[in-house]
Amino acid sequence: MAWVNAIIQGVLTGGLYALFACGLSLMFGVMKVVNLAHGDLAVVAGYVGVGIITVTHIPVLWSFLIVVPVMAVVGYALQRTLIQSALNRGVLTTLIVTLGLSMVIENALLEFFTANSRGIGASMTLVTGSFSLGSQVELPYLLLLIFAVAVAVLLGLQWFLSGSSYGRLIRAVADDQEAAQLSGANYAHVFGIAAALALGTVALGGMAFGMYSTLDPTAGTDTILLFAFVAVVIGGLGSLWGTLLGGIVLGVAQQIGAQINISDELLAGYLVFLLVLVLRPQGLVSRRAQT
Amino acid sequence: MTTETGSPSHVDGTSDPRPSSGNPLLEVADLTVYHGQLRALDSISLRVHPGEVYAIIGANGAGKSTLLRTIAGLHHPTAGSVRLDGADVTGLRPERRARQGIVMVPEGRRLFGSLSVEENLKVGATYARPGPWTIERVYETFDWMRGRRTQRTAQLSGGEQQTVAIGRALVANPRVLLLDELSLGLAPVIVQRIYGMLPQILATGLTVLLVEQDVSQALRVASRLQCLLEGQTTLEGTPAEVTAEQVEAAYFGLASAASLPGEGSGS
Repeated sequence: MAWVNAIIQGVLTGGLYALFACGLSLMFGVMKVVNLAHGDLAVVAGYVGVGIITVTHIPVLWSFLIVVPVMAVVGYALQRTLIQSALNRGVLTTLIVTLGLSMVIENALLEFFTANSRGIGASMTLVTGSFSLGSQVELPYLLLLIFAVAVAVLLGLQWFLSGSSYGRLIRAVADDQEAAQLSGANYAHVFGIAAALALGTVALGGMAFGMYSTLDPTAGTDTILLFAFVAVVIGGLGSLWGTLLGGIVLGVAQQIGAQINISDELLAGYLVFLLVLVLRPQGLVSRRAQT
Repeated sequence: MTTETGSPSHVDGTSDPRPSSGNPLLEVADLTVYHGQLRALDSISLRVHPGEVYAIIGANGAGKSTLLRTIAGLHHPTAGSVRLDGADVTGLRPERRARQGIVMVPEGRRLFGSLSVEENLKVGATYARPGPWTIERVYETFDWMRGRRTQRTAQLSGGEQQTVAIGRALVANPRVLLLDELSLGLAPVIVQRIYGMLPQILATGLTVLLVEQDVSQALRVASRLQCLLEGQTTLEGTPAEVTAEQVEAAYFGLASAASLPGEGSGS
């Protein structure tokens, strides 16, 4: 039963990883930007949440209503300024610029918040509680909620991209910037909207991470960005639902590794990642197979 | 879409009573464009009047596409200006020009490959000006399209893709429609059919500036034409005014081939 429990935990953790990964995948799919500051921006979102909760004493879940829109605006602004000007100089420049942004964010966080780790809502029943199935299987409320949110986010993104006018423009610009311009679309603005969506999702990821674990200034690259990358690559570049599948595969591999030996948790995850890279480099859900 | 392609209604284009005076809808003045060191366009001017079909002809590399792309805003001229209905649009970005009514069907069609036929049209209609063209009207004009509107454009034939590209431009309700090499990569019969639909499109009050390598096709549909060679104008007039020899000379740059026959073989 311990194994069943491990697998269920792994699947549920996959929801958290999907929240880390779907924004990364979206930005890569639309503007071919690999945002190396993606994880750090998640941590920034978490700290913004901590700050808002500490100052205003509003309930934790309410703070999401502020953090997510704030990060979406930050995403739009970042895209229109820093990332777009890097893109104009070539896709490789965006790697260097976002790496630099990542370093700036990490050091700024260290400066202002010290290296001490912080949690979000550590005393809430939602965070600590779980209900039991049988004697061995524990389902933490928080992981269940995160998984549900991840599925809702992916459904929402899919609906937005396929059904809304802006979603259509995002896909059109991803296909052919110039042709989209000839149809009257300002691609920089459309890119900004895609980045706003991406940072909205990663804000959820950062807050969820703060509740599930603890935030510290380096968690952005150590954990969030790394897991997001692995989930995206396992799932298949540019595929939204692939990020959930990739997240689940990563989560299950880690839990099974931890079951074998607690120190093998991370190793098992990366072994599966390497295995996928060797056997199916296009990822489990290849983009062309998607409708 | 009835096939009245065969009827010689196009001949009317040459006897179009529309005067070349009056206010041009699109006016290009002394446009010079460089690609790096290469001067792609050298002081090109043209005036397109409302309702006209203005054709730019010329060989590969003559600068035809560069001219159209500059008018659409995709290249920046080093000198000269582009005016739409008297207003200077030279400094406007391509999307601003599209919203003001300069809409281009780009060379090679450039449809959005991951979008369906209908989604392509919807993107075209997103920033549309008010006007007669709607997606419904496009379906009425090209009746095969309705049945295949949910298909990805990659599944269409070249001619069908070209028609969708035209439809995507039409739903924006352009004032000036720029057509870049419609015939590229298409079978002659398909090209005939696509150009055969031009009168129907013009009847909705559009003005067309087109670039075409296929000279006979251009001569058939145009009310006025200009020939480019190495970025310079070598001939300008109505199809009725110019002779085949003049066109040939202008197209290939045989400076005086028409007036001095035999000169070429004299050496």
